Amino acid sequence: MDTVIKKEDIRKPENLVYKKTPLLTDKVMSYCPGCGHGTAHRVVMEVLEEMGLQDKTIGIAPVGCSVLAYEFMNIDMQQAAHGRAPAVATAVKRLFPEKFVFTYQGDGDLAAIGTAETIHACNRGENIVIIFINNGIYGMTGGQMAPTTLPNMKSSTSPYGRDVATMGNPLRITELVAQLPGTLYVTRQAVHTPVAVRKAKKAVRKAFENQKLNKGLSFVEIVSNCNSGWKMTPNVANQWMVDNMFPYYPLGDIKVNED
Amino acid sequence: MKELRLMKGNEAFAEAAIRAGADGYFGYPITPQSEVMEYLMAEKTHERTGMIVLQAESEVAAINMVYGGASCGKRVLTSSSSPGMSLKQEGISYIAGAELPCVIMNAVRGGPGLGTIQPAQSDYFQSTKGGGHGDYRLIVLAPSSVQEMADFAPLAFDLAFKYRNPVLVLSDGAIGQMMEKVELQEQRPRLTEEEIIKNTPWATTGKTANRERNIITSLNLDSHVQEEHNIHLQKKYRLIEENETRFETFQTEDADYLLIAYGTSARLSQKAVDIARAKGIKLGLLRPITLFPFPTKPIAELANQVTGILSVEMSAGQMVEDVRLAVNGKVKVEHFGRMGGVIPSPQEIVEALESKIIGG
Repeated sequence: MDTVIKKEDIRKPENLVYKKTPLLTDKVMSYCPGCGHGTAHRVVMEVLEEMGLQDKTIGIAPVGCSVLAYEFMNIDMQQAAHGRAPAVATAVKRLFPEKFVFTYQGDGDLAAIGTAETIHACNRGENIVIIFINNGIYGMTGGQMAPTTLPNMKSSTSPYGRDVATMGNPLRITELVAQLPGTLYVTRQAVHTPVAVRKAKKAVRKAFENQKLNKGLSFVEIVSNCNSGWKMTPNVANQWMVDNMFPYYPLGDIKVNED
Repeated sequence: MKELRLMKGNEAFAEAAIRAGADGYFGYPITPQSEVMEYLMAEKTHERTGMIVLQAESEVAAINMVYGGASCGKRVLTSSSSPGMSLKQEGISYIAGAELPCVIMNAVRGGPGLGTIQPAQSDYFQSTKGGGHGDYRLIVLAPSSVQEMADFAPLAFDLAFKYRNPVLVLSDGAIGQMMEKVELQEQRPRLTEEEIIKNTPWATTGKTANRERNIITSLNLDSHVQEEHNIHLQKKYRLIEENETRFETFQTEDADYLLIAYGTSARLSQKAVDIARAKGIKLGLLRPITLFPFPTKPIAELANQVTGILSVEMSAGQMVEDVRLAVNGKVKVEHFGRMGGVIPSPQEIVEALESKIIGG
């Protein structure tokens, strides 16, 4: 075998089946290898590209691991104070009703410090999209217990496991916001397998399409991993997520509007 | 054509904000400033000018709505009173850090804590020294009449956009609640999206093909980059000090003694000047109109002329620290004030001058 296949032989137009969306920048992502954030970013940006919304979209990045989302998402973005993204997005959409507005928030941001802003933006039926990444932990600050941390799950502030008697139960905020008349579409997805990614993308697409209807808030939870915070290798973390997170946070639509 | 009306200070501010071409108001009820949002709601601003008025779930949410709107280059404002202003400080720090233009009105009431709903001036430190975390300043306008409540709404927007800086209108429960004759300015048109893109090219209006994406943030993980940003902010504040210091003097030409007071205290002090002069005391008044920037130079100049200065403020003595810095030991400076929502009488001010400055 003395035939060497060169890159140039492979990189032919007829062989190209996939390329990175121009709505993601070339900046190397700051996320840990194995983390779901990168895929979730890609899903959202691909949907915006496919819908032709780059020039009409304003994103709100939170505090947390995705605080630097604006470095990776090639759209106009605002960085909001911890938990306040739904309030920030409320004003953006009210003042620019023809724009597409979304927040991208983690579980500490959305379900602890920002609970009031989350519930009230949902209850008012703000015509925005909330992308909610739930990995059951505060990733950026070093793996502390989050409102979504599972019972008995270890974190740096629950080193012996979450004791629900003293630390409370994990908050299923997605089920909670689904109860509110202001939410139009509420779903829980994941991005750990190609099948899950395709489903998540479909959900994100529906959420953004919903903004054209002006009938309420679309809320997409993505159950994700935090292999660094969980102190697991990426594959083990994904399996742990399937075995432990999914039973508590079951995937699927919780509230669906007719198209 | 200008229009004359009899209005409360809070109502005049709200009406003037509409006429200033405001795009959005976001607030939360608190006494003694609730008339602002009540007035705006009653006016159906959405029909009148297209202005959005939204009652938020908290002061925290309201100021973050202001952050979002200001990030879009829109003319947005909020108002509150002291306990609510404490809640807004986080958001104000982010707004100052991200250099966003907006207008905030505080109808100050007595504190600390829940305090009282009566007028006070005890938020001076919070208003002029930062209030939230980090090195930043607001431009602080101190109205002393209902007319100025109306005049300062458009002025505040102009200054906010000129310097990309939050502007605070520091009122109090008395100015907010009193009714006076007010001359209203004509309606300014709200900005179109084209004008926003032209006037505020940094605003998040949607990334078009002809420009890089716009990012609004106060985050710089590299400390050297953050320090550069801090230096830039400080330069801006020095420029504001140079260009925007506003004050007014009353009978200072021949004054032997000087009162320094803003807002409600300035109205009372003006009366105190008349009482003192009737008694043969040559008393004058300097009224700071901007509290940041503080009228340091004119006070330093008057310190060369007078033999003593009384700083009058409805607080335990906050502004007096800035007066002392301006005077720099040249003459005696004392504070007089009432606290807890109690308003001093002009007679009390004259008595304080006599005991603390003239006889002291």
